[in-house]
Amino acid sequence: MNSSVSETVDQSIPKEVSEKLTMVEAVNLALDHAMADDQDVVLLGEDIGVNGGVFRATQGLRDKYGLKRVMDTPLAETLIAGISVGMATQGLKPVAEIQFMGFIFPAMEQLICHAARMRNRTRGRLTCPMVLRAPFGGGIHAPEHHSESTEALLAHIPGLRVVMPSSPVRAYGLLRAAINDPDPVIFLEPKRIYRAVKQDVSYDTAILPLDKCFTLKQGNDVTLISWGAAVKETMEAANTLQEYGASVEVIDVATIKPLDMETILTSVRKTGRCVIIHEACKSFGVGAEISAALAEEALTDLKAPVERVTGYDITMPYYRMEDHYLPKPDDIIKAALKTLSFH
Amino acid sequence: MKAKEYCHIPYIRYLSDEGEALHRLPAWTENSDVLVDYYRSMVIARAGDAKAVALQRTGQMGTYPSALGQEAISTVCCSLLEKEDVLIPYYRDLPGLMKRGIPLSDVLLYWGGDERGSASEAWGKDFPNCVPIATQAGHAAGVATALKVRHQHQVAMVSMGDGATSKGDFTEALNLAGVWQLPIVFIINNNQWAISVPRKIQSGAPTLAQKGVSAGLTSIQVDGNDVIALHEAVNAAIKQARSGKGATVIEAITYRLGDHTTADDASRYRESEELQEAWGREPIKRLRNFLYQRGLWNEEKEQALQKEAAALIDKEVKRYLNTPLPEISDLFDHHYAQMPAQLEKQKQHAIAKAEAMNMGGVHS
Repeated sequence: MNSSVSETVDQSIPKEVSEKLTMVEAVNLALDHAMADDQDVVLLGEDIGVNGGVFRATQGLRDKYGLKRVMDTPLAETLIAGISVGMATQGLKPVAEIQFMGFIFPAMEQLICHAARMRNRTRGRLTCPMVLRAPFGGGIHAPEHHSESTEALLAHIPGLRVVMPSSPVRAYGLLRAAINDPDPVIFLEPKRIYRAVKQDVSYDTAILPLDKCFTLKQGNDVTLISWGAAVKETMEAANTLQEYGASVEVIDVATIKPLDMETILTSVRKTGRCVIIHEACKSFGVGAEISAALAEEALTDLKAPVERVTGYDITMPYYRMEDHYLPKPDDIIKAALKTLSFH
Repeated sequence: MKAKEYCHIPYIRYLSDEGEALHRLPAWTENSDVLVDYYRSMVIARAGDAKAVALQRTGQMGTYPSALGQEAISTVCCSLLEKEDVLIPYYRDLPGLMKRGIPLSDVLLYWGGDERGSASEAWGKDFPNCVPIATQAGHAAGVATALKVRHQHQVAMVSMGDGATSKGDFTEALNLAGVWQLPIVFIINNNQWAISVPRKIQSGAPTLAQKGVSAGLTSIQVDGNDVIALHEAVNAAIKQARSGKGATVIEAITYRLGDHTTADDASRYRESEELQEAWGREPIKRLRNFLYQRGLWNEEKEQALQKEAAALIDKEVKRYLNTPLPEISDLFDHHYAQMPAQLEKQKQHAIAKAEAMNMGGVHS
C-alpha cells in the first residue's frame, strides 16, 4: 500500500462550502474550527487577542470565543510554554503562539524538560496535549532574529512532534490534527508563503495524519524532498526539470518528527536519486538525518550520492543579503541535474 | 530610601525555639487533633527521609535530597490542601507527598531511578518532583489558569527553594499570577542554602517574599519551623486563592539541616557552629515541647509513634526493594500516545538486545 497522500487531497473539498484562503487564513480557520469543536481548546500568546496576532493568525477569535479562551499573555516565552504544560496536564488543549521562531529559545527548557517528557516520566498519568505555533524562516525582509529556521533543534527532542506545512490545505489539515493529538506538537508556519497562494479550505477539508509525508508530484527519475517554504522553490524546480524531460517526484515531508521514512524510502528506491532541500543550515540539519537514513536503508538502491540544497552554516543574514542565503530553484535544478548525470 | 523602609513584609511566628507560645494562639489550636497530627506526620516523614538517606548510603538507592529540618512547611502545606487541589512540588517535599497520600515506596522508587515512582493513581493530578529549578512555577500558573478557565474552585500550590526565586521562571509566574488573579499559593522554602550558595549572596532583596509585591501579590514571611504560624499563613493563602482573590507568596524561613543531596558534603562550605545553632530551631522538637507542655504528648505516645513509623517504613522499603524492573518496552511505550514507526523499530532492537544479553549472548 502506498502510504503517501497525493496532492489530489487539495481538490477533494466540497466546493459549495469552501473558501479560497491563504495559509495564514487557513491557520485561523483551523483554530476557529478546533475551538468550536472542543471547549478545551484555548489560545494564548503575545498580541493574539485584540490585535489578532502580528500575522493575524488569530484574528477575530477573541471576539468569537472570549477572553477566557483567547488569552493575551505577558511578554514572557518561558511562561507561555510553562503555563501550556500546566494547562495541558489538567486536560485543557492549549495552542500557544510564539510570535517568531527566533524567540522560542526561552521556551526550550519547558519543551525539553517538561512538555516532551511528561507522558514518559509519569508513565501516562499526566500528558501534554499542547501545540506551540511559531512562524519561521526568511524572505520577508524582517528584523534581525525574525528569519531563522531552527527546526532541527526541536526535531532532536524525543517526545515532541514537529510539523511544518507548506500549503493552505495542509496547514489546515495538519493544524487540526496537531490540536487533536494527545502529545505536544511544535507547529512551524513558513511565514514567507503565509499569503503566497490561495486554496479552497473549509470545515470539510481533511484532517491530515501527523506521521506521513505528502507526495506532491509523482515521477521516476529523481526524488526532491523538502518542507516548509522551500517546497515552493522545489516545485518550481520540479516543473522546470520536467520541461527538460526529467520525471520528478516531489515529497513534502510536512512532519519532520517523527519522520515518515517509509514514504521517502519507497520513493528513493524507485528513483534511485535524491535531492533534499531545506532553508535551515546544512550541518546537523534534518537533511542530514534523511540522508543518513537513506544510506542505512537504501544504499544499494541509490544510483547517485544524495544531494543537499540548504542554507549555509552561517548566521541567518540580515535582510539586505538574505537572498544569498536562501536556496533558489536554480540551486535545486543544478543539484538534480548533478544526480541525474551521475553514473 | 532603603528597600527595607518602603517594602514592609509581615513576619508571622507563634512559637519560640523552645516551643513556648510567644503570644495568644489562634483559636483552632484548642483542637489538639490538628497539632498532634502535624507532629505525627513530621515524625513519620523524618524517619522516612532518614531511611531514604540510609538506602542511598548502602547502595540501595540513588542520589536523594533530604528534607531534614523542613518537615513543618511541606507537612502543613499539604495537610491544608484538599485532595482535588493540585500540588506542584519541588524535589525536597517528601513530607508533603506523604501527606498527599503518596506511598513512601513511590517516592523511593522515583529516587531509586524508576519513573514509575511518579505514575501511580495516588498522585492524582499532582505534578511529579520537579528537578529543573523554578520551572514548576510556570506549571502552577498553567494549572491555575486551567482551574480558572473552567470555573473550578481548586487551588494550585507550588513549592520551591530560595535559589528558585533568582530565576526568571519564578518572576514570570508571579507576574502572571498577579495580572490574571490566579488561584496559586507560592511556597518558598528558604532553607538558607542553594547547594553551597548562602541566602545572603542569592539576592540583594531584604526578603524573598517581597518579590511577590512587585507582582501585586499578597506576600508574607513566616517562621517555617513553626507549625502554628505556617497553618495560619497557608490557610489564609488557600482561602484567598479559593475565593478568587488571587495568589500569595509565602516565604517560609527554615534551615537545611542536611546536605543538599546525598551527593553533597555541606561541611565543605558551611560552618558547623551554624548547623548546631540551626538544630536549636528545628520544627519537630519545637512542636514536641509544645505538646508536652500542653499535656498532649508523652513518652508512651512517642514510643508508640516511633514503632508505628518504623513498621510503616519497613513495609514501604520492602515494597520499593521488591519492585521488579520494568519491561524493556516500558522505555519506549510512553513517549507518544501513538508509537512512531521509527521508534517501534528501535524498541524491537532494544528488546532483542536485552534478550540476547539475558542469554549470555551479545554484550555491548
